[in-house]
Amino acid sequence: MAKSPEAEHPLKAIGWATKDTSGVFSPFKFSRRATGEHDVQFKVLYCGVCHSDLHMAKNEWGLTQYPLVPGHEIVGEVTEVGSKVEKFKVGDKVGVGCMVGSCRQCDQCTNDLENYCSKMILTYSAVYIDGTITYGGYSNLMVADEHFVVLWPKNFPLDIGAPLLCAGITTYSPLRYFGLDKPGMSIGVVGLGGLGHVAVKFAKAFGTKVTVISTSINKKKEATEKLGADSFLVSRDPEEMKAATGTLDGIIDTVSAHHPILPLISLLKPHGKMVLVGAPEKPLELPAFPLLSGRKLVAGSGIGGMKETQEMIDFAAKHNILPDVEIIPIDYINTAMDRLGKSDVKYRFVIDIAKSLKLE
Amino acid sequence: MAVTGYAQKSFGWAATDTSGVLSPLHFSRRENGSDDVTIKILYCGVCHSDLHSVKNDWGFTKYPIVPGHEIVGLVTKTGCDVQKFKVGDRVGVGVIVGSCKTCDICQQDLENYCPKVIFTYNSRDQDGTRTYGGYSDIVVVDQHFVLHIPDNLSSDACAPLLCAGITVYSPMKYYGMAEPGKHLGVAGLGGLGHVAVKFGKAFGLKVTVISTSQKKESEAINKLGADSFLVSTDPAQLKAAMGTMDFIIDTIAAVHSLAPLLDLLKMNGKLVTVGLPDKPLELPIFPLVLGRKLVGGSDIGGMKETQEMLDFCGKHNINADIELIHIDYINTAFERLAKSEVRYRFVIDVANSLARN
Repeated sequence: MAKSPEAEHPLKAIGWATKDTSGVFSPFKFSRRATGEHDVQFKVLYCGVCHSDLHMAKNEWGLTQYPLVPGHEIVGEVTEVGSKVEKFKVGDKVGVGCMVGSCRQCDQCTNDLENYCSKMILTYSAVYIDGTITYGGYSNLMVADEHFVVLWPKNFPLDIGAPLLCAGITTYSPLRYFGLDKPGMSIGVVGLGGLGHVAVKFAKAFGTKVTVISTSINKKKEATEKLGADSFLVSRDPEEMKAATGTLDGIIDTVSAHHPILPLISLLKPHGKMVLVGAPEKPLELPAFPLLSGRKLVAGSGIGGMKETQEMIDFAAKHNILPDVEIIPIDYINTAMDRLGKSDVKYRFVIDIAKSLKLE
Repeated sequence: MAVTGYAQKSFGWAATDTSGVLSPLHFSRRENGSDDVTIKILYCGVCHSDLHSVKNDWGFTKYPIVPGHEIVGLVTKTGCDVQKFKVGDRVGVGVIVGSCKTCDICQQDLENYCPKVIFTYNSRDQDGTRTYGGYSDIVVVDQHFVLHIPDNLSSDACAPLLCAGITVYSPMKYYGMAEPGKHLGVAGLGGLGHVAVKFGKAFGLKVTVISTSQKKESEAINKLGADSFLVSTDPAQLKAAMGTMDFIIDTIAAVHSLAPLLDLLKMNGKLVTVGLPDKPLELPIFPLVLGRKLVGGSDIGGMKETQEMLDFCGKHNINADIELIHIDYINTAFERLAKSEVRYRFVIDVANSLARN
């Protein structure tokens, strides 16, 4: 018979978990493994609340293993390192993102693309190599293989920076990979939420001209005055969209709700690229003509490898790129999830774990 | 109304309404200008686009329409500024006969993507009239849009290269598929697909044909040289081939879901669609995001690349596989084409069958 979450590992841990598809969180006692020779153990200080956490809490993707302790934008301070760990020492500030394991041998892994490894292990709700279920950062303690830990830059805020570990890499990676990072390029960002607002910041830092495309005129002022976007398009306004036809080199589409992509493809210049990083559940309609007549492409991208994640954090620290966050205590999480479901946050909640989650 | 007032009389077969039925039409073409060549048409390939166009499937046909954009013929006149061709040369004309020539896109030899591109038929020419295509006796074309045919290619069997050939050659180069040893899937085995298989093998790729029809397997492997064949309606075969292909050229002209094809791609794999269904394709997003896969489009190619493609075919002795027909068979040919009953392109023997009344 499988051991209970509290008994399966030697170290006591506490977190907040959902137990069923209601997605309601409550305190949860479990345990973490002893620090293996390649592991880094750290005290969690902050954890970002990603929209994926909400999808998983309610098992919207059919992947959830309950009880679920989500959280994959985790920052903290190292408390112990395994005997073969070289990159980290006690006291270091570190981060863990969306994955905690991969096969380390396949083509993807050897090319620093662990996120595309067919055996990649997610930070939560996945089966780890020891057969136990992984628990994420809505908890007081994490133990992770050093390969999947990033070193946090000195003097870079942990609380505000935490969401970069998912939202940051998710938008940084495709901007780089698809060559949408050249100064002077025109880049569109669709959707202004956790991913979108970080995409705007990175795109501006790359020297591109940024247009935010949103269904809601209400976001215009923030987009242009606070986030630094160069222009704003209301996607439901046909006149505005028509005037912007064929003006963008690339688009990062962060919207996870079902939406038409033809109007967005029309915004692309010939040879333009549209990259989806939000993941609508149902297929979208792809009209062939516009794609062909301009030799355009539609691609997807999902987070990034560990090397690139470290590169992204270092880039963000160097250029002072930080998400806009609302810090909350852990016991606010259910309200936060309700608000997140209505996009009522500018633009990421971050749980102050250190102050609000205590091991009794 | 057919254009009749121009200097050079012309005769062809045209559709006059959405039934798409073709019948003889007398019309005229412009005088041979200083940059023009006049071409006596020998052969013209029958492209699936011709069928879509005569029936106005895409909604922008103006009748009467004389289709045909896979034209091979002999030069009969050359304008005073024409340097590249002389009378008697064997030449080809493909899908485009004009562009602005001055924009950034034209300057990059991508005339096919120029916003002012002029198509060989059913397009607004510079003088405001409609262009007429190769199901006719002669055509008058700016030399920039005329191509040399390598000596060793057959006039009839090379005609389809002028559309089908460049349509698959261009994306295979642009999307980086010409890498020996990589694995290419070709979805759909018709006019475009069979040429893609030939090019794939010439590029040194492993080629798998993906088709709904088991009947095409023997030909695909034994005649066209494909390495393997996958029946896309067989879930077991699809499953066994999951994540094995670096690239897919999707030539299927009917509406279809991209989901099974995307699953065949490896991580970072690329699917390029060159077929033109009249309704949108179904695109699942999860496979794109989880595998960083992409779906790209491509539309013929520029003039420089089209000549490069023809020269490549000359070097590798690549012709299309054709069924030669007379012009008065065209309506039956269209019916068979709609049912994919051709191996793999009809080519009209214009010179021997198109007689003025």
